[in-house]
Amino acid sequence: MTKTKDAPKPATGKGGGGGGKKQTWSAEKAKAYWRRNLTLIGILLAIWFLVSYVFGILLANILYGVPIGQIPASFWFAQQGAIIIFVILIFVYCWIMDRVDKEFDVNE
Amino acid sequence: MSQVQLWTYIVVGITFAMYIWIGYSNRVRDTKGFYVAGQGVPAIANGAATAADWMSAASFISMAGLISTMGYDGAIYLLGWTGGYVLLALLLAPYLRKFGKYTVPDFVGDRYYSQTARLIAAIATVIISLTYVAGQMRGVGIVFSRFVGLPIEWGVVLGMAVVAFFALLGGMKGITWTQVAQYVVLIVAYLIPAIAIGMLLTGNPIPQLSFTFSDIIPRLNAVQVDLGFKEYTQPFQSKTQLDVLAVTIALMVGTAGLPHVITRFYTVPSVRAARYSAGWALLFIALLYTTAPAIAAFARYNLIDTLQNATVANVIEGEKQNIYELQYPDGTPVSWATSWQKTGLLAFYDKNGDGKIEMHPGAAFEGKNFKAPTDSTNEVYFDNDIIVLANPEIAQLAPIVIALVAAGGLAAALSTASGLLLAMSSAASHDIYYRILRPNATERQRMIMGRSMILVAILLAGYFGINPPGFVSQVVAMAFGLAAASNFPAILLGIFDKRANSAGAIWGMAVGLGFTLVMILLMKSNVIFGTPAPIIKDFMGISAEGIGTVGMIFNFALALIISRVTAAPPPEIQELVESVRIPRGAQVVEGAH
Repeated sequence: MTKTKDAPKPATGKGGGGGGKKQTWSAEKAKAYWRRNLTLIGILLAIWFLVSYVFGILLANILYGVPIGQIPASFWFAQQGAIIIFVILIFVYCWIMDRVDKEFDVNE
Repeated sequence: MSQVQLWTYIVVGITFAMYIWIGYSNRVRDTKGFYVAGQGVPAIANGAATAADWMSAASFISMAGLISTMGYDGAIYLLGWTGGYVLLALLLAPYLRKFGKYTVPDFVGDRYYSQTARLIAAIATVIISLTYVAGQMRGVGIVFSRFVGLPIEWGVVLGMAVVAFFALLGGMKGITWTQVAQYVVLIVAYLIPAIAIGMLLTGNPIPQLSFTFSDIIPRLNAVQVDLGFKEYTQPFQSKTQLDVLAVTIALMVGTAGLPHVITRFYTVPSVRAARYSAGWALLFIALLYTTAPAIAAFARYNLIDTLQNATVANVIEGEKQNIYELQYPDGTPVSWATSWQKTGLLAFYDKNGDGKIEMHPGAAFEGKNFKAPTDSTNEVYFDNDIIVLANPEIAQLAPIVIALVAAGGLAAALSTASGLLLAMSSAASHDIYYRILRPNATERQRMIMGRSMILVAILLAGYFGINPPGFVSQVVAMAFGLAAASNFPAILLGIFDKRANSAGAIWGMAVGLGFTLVMILLMKSNVIFGTPAPIIKDFMGISAEGIGTVGMIFNFALALIISRVTAAPPPEIQELVESVRIPRGAQVVEGAH
């Protein structure tokens, strides 16, 4: 949804707030970092939507005949599975962003 | 005094002393400590504090009971009150932490370079928090009256005094560390009876596993069908599919837009910690939220199964209701049923005089008049709260566990109340007083203002707790709709859409908030204004609980369109957006306090 008209000026010397490490942060790098972040968010939110809204609500009647353990799959997603997957999604985001931050040298 | 009461005094006394001690040892002197705990809260502690802040008396006491009655459709609460954390972690928390000020209106006002936007966000914060907090104070009073036998009013006053102590002294810092302790109390109190009743019914100590893999749900489904109910797991019995969808969206997005939750992410030391603390928060919340549906199903099965097998041993004529003493086939008395009938949360009426109590669909009594049975074949009334509250007795746990449940309910109510009170008072003292009216106020003046506003908020919440307006319980769930329709789109676009400008944000928030508020008033006019019937029943099939979703769509649409037909935000604002997107980098925001 982001449309940047004027590219941000290459701001140099945006050294970390404490590290004092010299950092060159070009407009391209900023864009690349943000694109990586948006892609990851997109993938994780697609899973978030799938397990809660699609499996738990929109396909509730269709998945009703498919069992997980002793209960219907849609019921499991709506009352257990989606919540467990939500937790996993957040930690996956944390772990991957840790690595992305390091790669782009913006880690704290 | 009964043994249970004695234990309740002891356990509640110990936990309250602990909260007061924690509050005292975390006193603060400066505004940074007062509003954001000096930004020194570790991620995992902030997660626990957020979980306690988030889970209210309603989550603790009433939610499992609601799910038990709604069956599948209870998912609106389970999904709606957890899914928002994914939105928070991915879309809001890290960037707001990078922005690094104190409140939601801080971000909205600075990002949209507009005092009007700041004011709207501050007003939304006060409205949302006030509707929410009144119910919490009432919750404190109710727990006291149920477990300790204290009048509700005295319970409210006692709760106010404890909150006032640690909130006034410690501000956000005191609140944070008491919330961490309150989380531990409430989760232990929730899990022990759940594990015990799971063991009793399925032989498996982990409720989440026996819920999925034991035959308890198929058995519950079968017995429900026998009695004329639909299967417990059958979707869309109590709400339509469209309404389930709308309510779930409103609750999820609302969660991500609630000021007292968002503010918690300003208290951690870094962007990385903000991400992780959202993960910890949801993990801690999920412990309760995956247990609740298990309790709901177990307790419902146990209730139905007990009634099917038990026979009436004796009936004691009562003033408000007749107490039915039941016994199991082997002659032992069903003691929990007797003791909970005395509280008025459970009522029987053997209409056909066959010496058995039968549970069927339909209302058993005319309202809550337990002397006036209806014609329906149903002979049972039970209040939703009993599903959680009666568990320790059903599982025949020691009195200390019952006392622990009381302490857990109080912890849930007090922790949520304190978070809301801080959010509400900082909107008044920080955003309206300091940022709008008196930008030159000294640190000392701001601290005095901060503390006095918390005091005002506590007194206001206490007043509503003692004299609850009839509609309070009805509108609490709607705080989410208001948050979804006002704050969330403004913050989200502020981060992800560089083109979003002040005109778009102001119109979006004003229309989103206004539409949702008016719709709720119209749909709930019977309880709020006392009209004979709601002025409108629903909005295209969507109920008052889900209407925030529509308000949110209006907000997004207006903000996006108006931003594009009016002038772009000034360059320094675009730079601000650039800077919040990167975890480490030059602080573009001027004046980070």
